[in-house]
Amino acid sequence: MSTTSVKIVPKFEVKSRASLASAPTKISVSNLNFFYGRTQALNDITVDVPKRMVMAFIGPSGCGKTTFLRTLNRMNDVIPGTRVEGNVLIDGQDIYTPGADVVDLRRKVGMVFQKSNPFPKSIFDNVAYGLKINRLAANNRELRDRVEEALKDAALWTEVTDRLKTSALGLSGGQQQRLCIARALAIRPEVILMDEPASALDPIATSKIEELIVDLKKQYTIVIVTHNMQQAARVSDLTAFFLLGKLIEVNSTEKMFTAPDQKLTEDYITGRFG
Amino acid sequence: MSNEVHRHLDEELDALRDRVLRLGGEAESALRRVMHSLAERDTAEARAVLDHDDTIDQLEVEVDRQAIDIFALRQPAARDLRFVMSVTKMAPVLERIADHACNIARAAIDLHHEPQLKYHVSLYRMGEIALEMLAAALDAFTKNDAVAARVVMERDSEINELYNQVFHDLIEMMADEPATAQRDARLLFIAKHLERIGDYVTDICELTVFMAEAAIIKHRH
Repeated sequence: MSTTSVKIVPKFEVKSRASLASAPTKISVSNLNFFYGRTQALNDITVDVPKRMVMAFIGPSGCGKTTFLRTLNRMNDVIPGTRVEGNVLIDGQDIYTPGADVVDLRRKVGMVFQKSNPFPKSIFDNVAYGLKINRLAANNRELRDRVEEALKDAALWTEVTDRLKTSALGLSGGQQQRLCIARALAIRPEVILMDEPASALDPIATSKIEELIVDLKKQYTIVIVTHNMQQAARVSDLTAFFLLGKLIEVNSTEKMFTAPDQKLTEDYITGRFG
Repeated sequence: MSNEVHRHLDEELDALRDRVLRLGGEAESALRRVMHSLAERDTAEARAVLDHDDTIDQLEVEVDRQAIDIFALRQPAARDLRFVMSVTKMAPVLERIADHACNIARAAIDLHHEPQLKYHVSLYRMGEIALEMLAAALDAFTKNDAVAARVVMERDSEINELYNQVFHDLIEMMADEPATAQRDARLLFIAKHLERIGDYVTDICELTVFMAEAAIIKHRH
Protein backbone atom coordinates (compact mmCIF):
# COMPACT_ATOMS: atom_id res chain seq x y z
CA MET A 1 0.00 0.00 0.00
CA SER A 2 1.50 3.33 -0.89
CA THR A 3 1.47 6.07 1.68
CA THR A 4 -0.04 9.46 1.10
CA SER A 5 0.83 13.15 1.54
CA VAL A 6 2.46 14.26 -1.67
CA LYS A 7 5.66 16.24 -1.33
CA ILE A 8 6.50 18.53 -4.16
CA VAL A 9 9.19 18.46 -6.81
CA PRO A 10 12.40 16.68 -6.06
CA LYS A 11 14.85 17.41 -8.84
CA PHE A 12 15.32 15.22 -11.86
CA GLU A 13 18.21 12.90 -11.19
CA VAL A 14 20.76 13.65 -13.83
CA LYS A 15 24.31 14.80 -13.42
CA SER A 16 23.80 18.40 -12.43
CA ARG A 17 25.81 21.27 -13.79
CA ALA A 18 26.95 21.85 -10.25
CA SER A 19 28.53 18.39 -10.00
CA LEU A 20 30.22 18.86 -13.36
CA ALA A 21 31.33 22.32 -12.36
CA SER A 22 33.23 20.82 -9.46
CA ALA A 23 35.83 19.71 -12.04
CA PRO A 24 38.62 22.29 -12.43
CA THR A 25 38.14 24.75 -15.25
CA LYS A 26 40.43 24.43 -18.27
CA ILE A 27 38.95 27.13 -20.49
CA SER A 28 37.08 30.10 -19.13
CA VAL A 29 35.34 32.40 -21.59
CA SER A 30 33.70 35.60 -20.43
CA ASN A 31 31.67 38.21 -22.29
CA LEU A 32 33.08 37.20 -25.64
CA ASN A 33 31.92 39.11 -28.72
CA PHE A 34 33.18 38.35 -32.19
CA PHE A 35 32.78 40.37 -35.37
CA TYR A 36 33.31 39.63 -39.06
CA GLY A 37 33.71 43.24 -40.15
CA ARG A 38 30.50 44.92 -38.99
CA THR A 39 28.63 41.66 -38.57
CA GLN A 40 28.51 40.40 -35.02
CA ALA A 41 28.76 36.61 -35.08
CA LEU A 42 29.04 35.95 -31.34
CA ASN A 43 27.19 37.85 -28.68
CA ASP A 44 28.35 38.02 -25.07
CA ILE A 45 29.36 34.38 -24.66
CA THR A 46 30.29 33.30 -21.16
CA VAL A 47 31.07 29.65 -20.48
CA ASP A 48 33.57 27.44 -18.66
CA VAL A 49 34.94 24.20 -20.10
CA PRO A 50 35.99 21.80 -17.33
CA LYS A 51 39.30 19.96 -17.53
CA ARG A 52 39.34 16.46 -19.06
CA MET A 53 35.74 16.52 -20.11
CA VAL A 54 34.03 16.63 -23.48
CA MET A 55 31.87 19.64 -24.24
CA ALA A 56 29.72 19.53 -27.38
CA PHE A 57 28.48 22.62 -29.21
CA ILE A 58 25.19 22.16 -31.03
CA GLY A 59 22.94 24.53 -32.94
CA PRO A 60 21.64 25.22 -36.43
CA SER A 61 23.95 26.19 -39.28
CA GLY A 62 25.25 29.73 -38.93
CA CYS A 63 24.59 29.92 -35.19
CA GLY A 64 28.25 30.66 -34.41
CA LYS A 65 29.38 27.39 -32.90
CA THR A 66 32.31 26.88 -35.29
CA THR A 67 33.28 30.55 -35.02
CA PHE A 68 33.30 30.16 -31.24
CA LEU A 69 35.36 26.96 -31.45
CA ARG A 70 37.92 28.80 -33.59
CA THR A 71 38.22 31.63 -31.06
CA LEU A 72 39.59 29.09 -28.57
CA ASN A 73 42.89 28.77 -30.43
CA ARG A 74 42.74 32.06 -32.34
CA MET A 75 42.17 30.38 -35.66
CA ASN A 76 39.97 33.32 -36.67
CA ASP A 77 43.00 35.61 -36.49
CA VAL A 78 43.89 34.60 -40.04
CA ILE A 79 40.56 35.95 -41.37
CA PRO A 80 40.93 39.63 -42.34
CA GLY A 81 38.56 42.13 -40.74
CA THR A 82 37.66 40.05 -37.71
CA ARG A 83 37.61 41.43 -34.20
CA VAL A 84 37.33 39.85 -30.74
CA GLU A 85 36.15 41.40 -27.49
CA GLY A 86 36.08 39.75 -24.09
CA ASN A 87 38.31 37.17 -22.43
CA VAL A 88 39.36 33.62 -23.19
CA LEU A 89 41.44 32.17 -20.38
CA ILE A 90 43.19 28.83 -20.69
CA ASP A 91 44.62 27.72 -17.36
CA GLY A 92 44.02 31.27 -16.20
CA GLN A 93 46.06 32.90 -18.99
CA ASP A 94 44.27 35.24 -21.42
CA ILE A 95 45.06 33.96 -24.92
CA TYR A 96 44.15 37.32 -26.48
CA THR A 97 46.41 39.38 -24.29
CA PRO A 98 48.84 41.47 -26.40
CA GLY A 99 52.06 39.60 -26.93
CA ALA A 100 50.52 36.16 -26.30
CA ASP A 101 52.43 33.45 -28.15
CA VAL A 102 49.99 32.13 -30.76
CA VAL A 103 52.30 29.33 -31.88
CA ASP A 104 52.55 28.08 -28.32
CA LEU A 105 48.77 28.43 -27.95
CA ARG A 106 48.14 26.23 -31.00
CA ARG A 107 50.62 23.69 -29.68
CA LYS A 108 48.58 23.57 -26.49
CA VAL A 109 45.21 23.67 -28.26
CA GLY A 110 45.12 21.25 -31.20
CA MET A 111 42.43 21.15 -33.82
CA VAL A 112 40.78 18.51 -35.98
CA PHE A 113 38.68 19.68 -38.91
CA GLN A 114 35.50 18.52 -40.57
CA LYS A 115 37.25 17.23 -43.64
CA SER A 116 40.32 15.17 -42.99
CA ASN A 117 43.33 17.00 -44.40
CA PRO A 118 46.38 14.75 -44.37
CA PHE A 119 49.48 16.11 -46.06
CA PRO A 120 50.49 14.35 -49.29
CA LYS A 121 53.22 12.59 -47.39
CA SER A 122 53.69 9.21 -45.75
CA ILE A 123 51.64 8.19 -42.72
CA PHE A 124 54.75 8.51 -40.56
CA ASP A 125 55.66 11.95 -41.89
CA ASN A 126 52.14 13.26 -41.32
CA VAL A 127 52.31 12.46 -37.62
CA ALA A 128 55.97 13.47 -37.33
CA TYR A 129 55.39 16.82 -39.06
CA GLY A 130 54.48 18.89 -36.00
CA LEU A 131 57.21 17.26 -33.96
CA LYS A 132 59.81 18.13 -36.58
CA ILE A 133 58.86 21.74 -37.23
CA ASN A 134 58.55 22.43 -33.52
CA ARG A 135 61.72 20.43 -32.80
CA LEU A 136 59.95 18.46 -30.13
CA ALA A 137 61.92 15.23 -30.59
CA ALA A 138 65.59 15.12 -29.56
CA ASN A 139 66.51 12.33 -31.96
CA ASN A 140 65.10 9.87 -34.47
CA ARG A 141 64.36 7.29 -31.83
CA GLU A 142 62.26 9.74 -29.81
CA LEU A 143 60.55 10.83 -33.01
CA ARG A 144 59.62 7.22 -33.83
CA ASP A 145 58.43 6.63 -30.27
CA ARG A 146 56.21 9.68 -30.27
CA VAL A 147 54.73 8.89 -33.68
CA GLU A 148 53.95 5.38 -32.45
CA GLU A 149 52.44 6.74 -29.22
CA ALA A 150 50.24 9.21 -31.11
CA LEU A 151 49.06 6.56 -33.58
CA LYS A 152 48.26 4.23 -30.67
CA ASP A 153 46.38 6.98 -28.84
CA ALA A 154 44.40 7.64 -32.02
CA ALA A 155 43.54 3.91 -32.25
CA LEU A 156 45.23 3.67 -35.66
CA TRP A 157 48.53 1.96 -34.87
CA THR A 158 47.50 -1.65 -35.50
CA GLU A 159 45.98 -0.71 -38.85
CA VAL A 160 49.04 1.12 -40.21
CA THR A 161 52.03 -0.37 -38.41
CA ASP A 162 53.19 -2.26 -41.49
CA ARG A 163 52.78 0.61 -43.93
CA LEU A 164 54.03 3.71 -42.16
CA LYS A 165 56.05 4.77 -45.20
CA THR A 166 53.10 4.60 -47.61
CA SER A 167 51.08 7.65 -48.57
CA ALA A 168 48.50 8.85 -46.08
CA LEU A 169 46.20 9.55 -49.01
CA GLY A 170 45.75 5.80 -49.45
CA LEU A 171 43.96 5.50 -46.11
CA SER A 172 40.16 5.34 -45.88
CA GLY A 173 38.24 8.47 -44.85
CA GLY A 174 37.87 7.26 -41.27
CA GLN A 175 41.54 6.31 -41.06
CA GLN A 176 42.57 9.69 -42.51
CA GLN A 177 40.51 11.44 -39.83
CA ARG A 178 42.13 9.36 -37.09
CA LEU A 179 45.51 10.16 -38.66
CA CYS A 180 44.69 13.85 -38.32
CA ILE A 181 43.80 13.22 -34.69
CA ALA A 182 47.15 11.39 -34.26
CA ARG A 183 48.89 14.38 -35.88
CA ALA A 184 47.21 16.67 -33.36
CA LEU A 185 48.05 14.33 -30.45
CA ALA A 186 51.71 13.96 -31.42
CA ILE A 187 52.59 17.40 -30.13
CA ARG A 188 50.88 16.54 -26.81
CA PRO A 189 48.26 19.27 -26.67
CA GLU A 190 46.13 19.86 -23.59
CA VAL A 191 42.94 20.77 -25.43
CA ILE A 192 41.61 19.28 -28.66
CA LEU A 193 39.07 21.22 -30.70
CA MET A 194 37.05 19.12 -33.15
CA ASP A 195 34.91 20.69 -35.84
CA GLU A 196 32.39 18.05 -36.97
CA PRO A 197 35.10 15.39 -37.04
CA ALA A 198 32.83 12.56 -38.18
CA SER A 199 30.38 14.35 -40.46
CA ALA A 200 31.83 12.81 -43.63
CA LEU A 201 32.25 9.29 -42.24
CA ASP A 202 30.14 6.14 -42.35
CA PRO A 203 28.59 4.80 -39.11
CA ILE A 204 31.44 2.36 -38.37
CA ALA A 205 34.17 4.97 -38.87
CA THR A 206 32.04 7.43 -36.90
CA SER A 207 31.74 5.02 -34.02
CA LYS A 208 35.54 4.57 -33.96
CA ILE A 209 36.01 8.34 -33.76
CA GLU A 210 33.40 8.55 -31.00
CA GLU A 211 35.06 5.75 -29.00
CA LEU A 212 38.32 7.58 -29.46
CA ILE A 213 36.87 10.84 -28.14
CA VAL A 214 35.55 9.11 -25.01
CA ASP A 215 38.95 7.48 -24.53
CA LEU A 216 40.92 10.67 -25.13
CA LYS A 217 39.09 12.65 -22.46
CA LYS A 218 41.05 10.76 -19.82
CA GLN A 219 44.03 12.87 -20.89
CA TYR A 220 42.65 15.83 -22.81
CA THR A 221 39.97 18.48 -22.62
CA ILE A 222 37.87 18.15 -25.76
CA VAL A 223 35.49 20.60 -27.38
CA ILE A 224 33.50 19.28 -30.31
CA VAL A 225 31.15 20.97 -32.75
CA THR A 226 28.60 18.59 -34.17
CA HIS A 227 25.40 18.73 -36.18
CA ASN A 228 24.62 15.21 -35.08
CA MET A 229 22.72 15.54 -31.82
CA GLN A 230 22.88 11.84 -31.09
CA GLN A 231 26.64 12.12 -31.38
CA ALA A 232 26.66 14.97 -28.87
CA ALA A 233 24.51 12.81 -26.59
CA ARG A 234 26.84 9.83 -26.96
CA VAL A 235 30.22 11.45 -26.44
CA SER A 236 29.88 14.61 -24.38
CA ASP A 237 29.64 15.38 -20.67
CA LEU A 238 28.32 18.88 -21.27
CA THR A 239 26.37 20.32 -24.16
CA ALA A 240 26.10 23.96 -25.18
CA PHE A 241 23.31 25.15 -27.48
CA PHE A 242 23.99 28.16 -29.71
CA LEU A 243 21.44 30.15 -31.65
CA LEU A 244 21.99 33.29 -33.71
CA GLY A 245 25.36 33.93 -32.13
CA LYS A 246 24.09 33.57 -28.57
CA LEU A 247 24.72 30.82 -26.09
CA ILE A 248 21.22 29.79 -25.10
CA GLU A 249 21.97 27.02 -22.62
CA VAL A 250 24.83 24.97 -21.23
CA ASN A 251 23.94 21.89 -19.25
CA SER A 252 24.99 18.37 -18.48
CA THR A 253 24.33 16.34 -21.60
CA GLU A 254 21.91 14.07 -19.76
CA LYS A 255 19.84 17.04 -18.64
CA MET A 256 20.04 18.70 -22.04
CA PHE A 257 18.56 15.69 -23.82
CA THR A 258 15.93 14.73 -21.26
CA ALA A 259 14.79 17.98 -19.68
CA PRO A 260 16.52 21.12 -20.95
CA ASP A 261 15.92 24.32 -19.02
CA GLN A 262 15.21 26.54 -22.02
CA LYS A 263 12.24 26.18 -24.35
CA LEU A 264 14.40 27.18 -27.35
CA THR A 265 16.74 24.29 -26.55
CA GLU A 266 13.84 21.86 -26.21
CA ASP A 267 12.38 22.99 -29.53
CA TYR A 268 15.72 22.48 -31.25
CA ILE A 269 16.43 19.11 -29.67
CA THR A 270 12.95 17.77 -30.45
CA GLY A 271 13.25 18.96 -34.05
CA ARG A 272 10.47 21.52 -33.78
CA PHE A 273 12.67 24.52 -34.20
CA GLY A 274 11.08 27.35 -36.12
CA MET B 1 14.46 17.95 -39.64
CA SER B 2 12.00 19.10 -42.29
CA ASN B 3 8.46 20.18 -41.48
CA GLU B 4 7.24 16.99 -43.13
CA VAL B 5 9.36 14.93 -40.73
CA HIS B 6 8.03 16.93 -37.75
CA ARG B 7 4.49 16.32 -38.96
CA HIS B 8 5.09 12.56 -39.14
CA LEU B 9 6.62 12.51 -35.67
CA ASP B 10 3.71 14.49 -34.24
CA GLU B 11 1.27 12.15 -35.95
CA GLU B 12 3.03 9.13 -34.50
CA LEU B 13 3.06 10.65 -31.02
CA ASP B 14 -0.65 11.48 -31.36
CA ALA B 15 -1.39 7.92 -32.47
CA LEU B 16 0.52 6.56 -29.49
CA ARG B 17 -1.37 8.89 -27.15
CA ASP B 18 -4.69 7.79 -28.66
CA ARG B 19 -3.85 4.13 -28.24
CA VAL B 20 -2.76 4.38 -24.62
CA LEU B 21 -5.86 6.43 -23.85
CA ARG B 22 -7.96 3.73 -25.48
CA LEU B 23 -6.21 1.21 -23.23
CA GLY B 24 -7.00 3.48 -20.27
CA GLY B 25 -10.62 3.73 -21.37
CA GLU B 26 -10.86 -0.06 -21.59
CA ALA B 27 -9.38 -0.49 -18.10
CA GLU B 28 -11.79 2.11 -16.74
CA SER B 29 -14.73 0.39 -18.44
CA ALA B 30 -13.68 -3.03 -17.07
CA LEU B 31 -13.58 -1.61 -13.53
CA ARG B 32 -16.92 0.18 -13.91
CA ARG B 33 -18.65 -2.90 -15.30
CA VAL B 34 -17.26 -5.23 -12.68
CA MET B 35 -18.35 -2.97 -9.82
CA HIS B 36 -21.80 -2.79 -11.41
CA SER B 37 -21.85 -6.57 -11.77
CA LEU B 38 -20.96 -6.94 -8.09
CA ALA B 39 -23.68 -4.55 -6.95
CA GLU B 40 -26.37 -6.05 -9.21
CA ARG B 41 -25.23 -9.69 -8.87
CA ASP B 42 -24.96 -9.69 -12.66
CA THR B 43 -22.86 -12.72 -13.57
CA ALA B 44 -23.21 -12.14 -17.33
CA GLU B 45 -21.57 -8.73 -17.00
CA ALA B 46 -18.71 -10.16 -14.92
CA ARG B 47 -18.15 -12.81 -17.60
CA ALA B 48 -18.19 -10.12 -20.30
CA VAL B 49 -15.37 -8.31 -18.46
CA LEU B 50 -13.34 -11.54 -18.40
CA ASP B 51 -14.02 -12.19 -22.10
CA HIS B 52 -12.85 -8.69 -23.01
CA ASP B 53 -9.50 -9.00 -21.25
CA ASP B 54 -7.71 -10.39 -24.32
CA THR B 55 -8.53 -7.20 -26.22
CA ILE B 56 -6.95 -5.16 -23.43
CA ASP B 57 -3.82 -7.37 -23.43
CA GLN B 58 -3.58 -6.91 -27.20
CA LEU B 59 -3.81 -3.13 -26.85
CA GLU B 60 -0.92 -3.16 -24.39
CA VAL B 61 1.21 -5.06 -26.91
CA GLU B 62 0.28 -2.58 -29.64
CA VAL B 63 1.30 0.37 -27.45
CA ASP B 64 4.64 -1.36 -26.82
CA ARG B 65 5.23 -1.94 -30.52
CA GLN B 66 4.37 1.63 -31.44
CA ALA B 67 6.64 3.01 -28.73
CA ILE B 68 9.55 0.76 -29.79
CA ASP B 69 9.14 1.97 -33.38
CA ILE B 70 9.28 5.59 -32.24
CA PHE B 71 12.38 4.93 -30.12
CA ALA B 72 14.10 3.12 -32.98
CA LEU B 73 13.13 5.36 -35.87
CA ARG B 74 12.73 8.81 -34.30
CA GLN B 75 15.11 8.83 -31.34
CA PRO B 76 12.84 11.15 -29.37
CA ALA B 77 14.46 13.65 -27.00
CA ALA B 78 13.40 15.95 -24.18
CA ARG B 79 9.58 16.21 -23.86
CA ASP B 80 9.02 13.66 -26.63
CA LEU B 81 11.34 11.21 -24.87
CA ARG B 82 9.57 11.73 -21.57
CA PHE B 83 6.19 11.23 -23.22
CA VAL B 84 7.13 7.97 -24.95
CA MET B 85 8.88 6.71 -21.81
CA SER B 86 5.82 7.49 -19.72
CA VAL B 87 3.52 5.73 -22.15
CA THR B 88 5.65 2.58 -22.18
CA LYS B 89 5.50 2.49 -18.39
CA MET B 90 1.84 3.40 -18.23
CA ALA B 91 0.58 0.69 -20.59
CA PRO B 92 1.42 -2.28 -18.33
CA VAL B 93 0.01 -0.41 -15.33
CA LEU B 94 -3.31 0.01 -17.16
CA GLU B 95 -3.24 -3.62 -18.21
CA ARG B 96 -2.72 -4.64 -14.57
CA ILE B 97 -5.66 -2.49 -13.49
CA ALA B 98 -7.76 -4.46 -16.01
CA ASP B 99 -6.32 -7.70 -14.56
CA HIS B 100 -7.46 -6.64 -11.10
CA ALA B 101 -10.91 -5.94 -12.56
CA CYS B 102 -10.87 -9.51 -13.92
CA ASN B 103 -9.92 -10.88 -10.50
CA ILE B 104 -12.83 -8.95 -9.00
CA ALA B 105 -15.07 -10.40 -11.76
CA ARG B 106 -14.05 -13.97 -10.80
CA ALA B 107 -14.74 -13.27 -7.12
CA ALA B 108 -18.08 -11.68 -8.07
CA ILE B 109 -19.13 -14.76 -10.08
CA ASP B 110 -18.33 -16.98 -7.09
CA LEU B 111 -20.24 -14.67 -4.76
CA HIS B 112 -23.25 -14.66 -7.07
CA HIS B 113 -23.48 -18.44 -6.68
CA GLU B 114 -23.84 -18.06 -2.94
CA PRO B 115 -26.45 -16.41 -0.74
CA GLN B 116 -26.15 -12.65 -0.69
CA LEU B 117 -24.27 -11.11 2.16
CA LYS B 118 -24.95 -7.69 3.57
CA TYR B 119 -22.32 -6.05 1.39
CA HIS B 120 -20.20 -3.47 2.97
CA VAL B 121 -21.00 -0.01 1.69
CA SER B 122 -17.37 1.05 2.06
CA LEU B 123 -16.38 -1.56 -0.51
CA TYR B 124 -18.52 0.16 -3.15
CA ARG B 125 -17.20 3.51 -2.09
CA MET B 126 -13.68 2.17 -2.70
CA GLY B 127 -14.75 1.18 -6.21
CA GLU B 128 -16.25 4.62 -6.86
CA ILE B 129 -13.13 6.42 -5.68
CA ALA B 130 -10.88 4.12 -7.74
CA LEU B 131 -12.98 4.90 -10.82
CA GLU B 132 -12.96 8.64 -10.16
CA MET B 133 -9.20 8.55 -9.60
CA LEU B 134 -8.55 6.56 -12.78
CA ALA B 135 -10.69 8.88 -14.91
CA ALA B 136 -9.01 11.98 -13.42
CA ALA B 137 -5.54 10.46 -13.81
CA LEU B 138 -6.14 9.76 -17.51
CA ASP B 139 -7.49 13.29 -17.90
CA ALA B 140 -4.38 14.77 -16.23
CA PHE B 141 -2.20 12.65 -18.53
CA THR B 142 -4.09 13.86 -21.61
CA LYS B 143 -3.64 17.48 -20.56
CA ASN B 144 -0.01 16.99 -19.44
CA ASP B 145 -1.17 18.48 -16.15
CA ALA B 146 1.16 17.67 -13.24
CA VAL B 147 -0.87 19.75 -10.77
CA ALA B 148 -4.03 17.74 -11.48
CA ALA B 149 -2.02 14.49 -11.28
CA ARG B 150 -0.78 15.43 -7.82
CA VAL B 151 -4.35 16.15 -6.67
CA VAL B 152 -5.40 12.67 -7.84
CA MET B 153 -2.52 11.07 -5.95
CA GLU B 154 -3.71 12.62 -2.71
CA ARG B 155 -6.92 10.59 -3.01
CA ASP B 156 -5.11 7.27 -2.66
CA SER B 157 -5.25 7.83 1.10
CA GLU B 158 -9.06 7.75 0.92
CA ILE B 159 -8.97 4.28 -0.60
CA ASN B 160 -6.37 3.11 1.89
CA GLU B 161 -8.46 4.31 4.84
CA LEU B 162 -11.56 2.61 3.47
CA TYR B 163 -9.57 -0.57 2.90
CA ASN B 164 -8.47 -0.61 6.53
CA GLN B 165 -12.07 -0.09 7.61
CA VAL B 166 -13.39 -2.86 5.31
CA PHE B 167 -10.61 -5.17 6.45
CA HIS B 168 -11.47 -4.79 10.12
CA ASP B 169 -15.21 -5.07 9.51
CA LEU B 170 -14.85 -8.27 7.48
CA ILE B 171 -12.51 -9.87 10.02
CA GLU B 172 -15.09 -9.05 12.68
CA MET B 173 -17.86 -10.58 10.55
CA MET B 174 -15.80 -13.74 10.07
CA ALA B 175 -15.41 -14.03 13.84
CA ASP B 176 -19.08 -13.35 14.52
CA GLU B 177 -20.46 -15.65 11.82
CA PRO B 178 -17.94 -18.32 10.84
CA ALA B 179 -20.39 -19.74 8.30
CA THR B 180 -19.93 -16.65 6.12
CA ALA B 181 -16.13 -16.69 6.34
CA GLN B 182 -15.60 -17.85 2.76
CA ARG B 183 -17.78 -15.08 1.36
CA ASP B 184 -16.16 -12.55 3.70
CA ALA B 185 -12.77 -13.65 2.42
CA ARG B 186 -13.86 -13.10 -1.18
CA LEU B 187 -14.98 -9.59 -0.30
CA LEU B 188 -11.67 -9.02 1.40
CA PHE B 189 -9.84 -10.01 -1.78
CA ILE B 190 -12.02 -7.61 -3.75
CA ALA B 191 -11.16 -4.83 -1.32
CA LYS B 192 -7.47 -5.64 -1.72
CA HIS B 193 -7.77 -5.50 -5.51
CA LEU B 194 -9.40 -2.07 -5.28
CA GLU B 195 -6.71 -0.89 -2.92
CA ARG B 196 -4.03 -2.02 -5.40
CA ILE B 197 -5.83 -0.22 -8.22
CA GLY B 198 -5.51 2.97 -6.17
CA ASP B 199 -1.75 2.38 -6.04
CA TYR B 200 -1.60 1.81 -9.79
CA VAL B 201 -3.49 5.04 -10.44
CA THR B 202 -0.88 6.75 -8.29
CA ASP B 203 1.81 5.27 -10.55
CA ILE B 204 0.05 6.75 -13.58
CA CYS B 205 0.01 10.16 -11.90
CA GLU B 206 3.72 9.89 -11.11
CA LEU B 207 4.37 9.25 -14.81
CA THR B 208 2.34 12.31 -15.73
CA VAL B 209 4.42 14.42 -13.33
CA PHE B 210 7.59 12.99 -14.92
CA MET B 211 6.25 13.72 -18.39
CA ALA B 212 5.28 17.30 -17.56
CA GLU B 213 8.07 18.35 -15.21
CA ALA B 214 10.89 15.82 -15.69
CA ALA B 215 10.63 15.26 -11.93
CA ILE B 216 10.90 11.70 -10.67
CA ILE B 217 8.67 11.56 -7.58
CA LYS B 218 8.38 7.77 -7.42
CA HIS B 219 8.89 6.39 -3.89
CA ARG B 220 9.20 9.93 -2.58
CA HIS B 221 5.73 10.75 -1.43
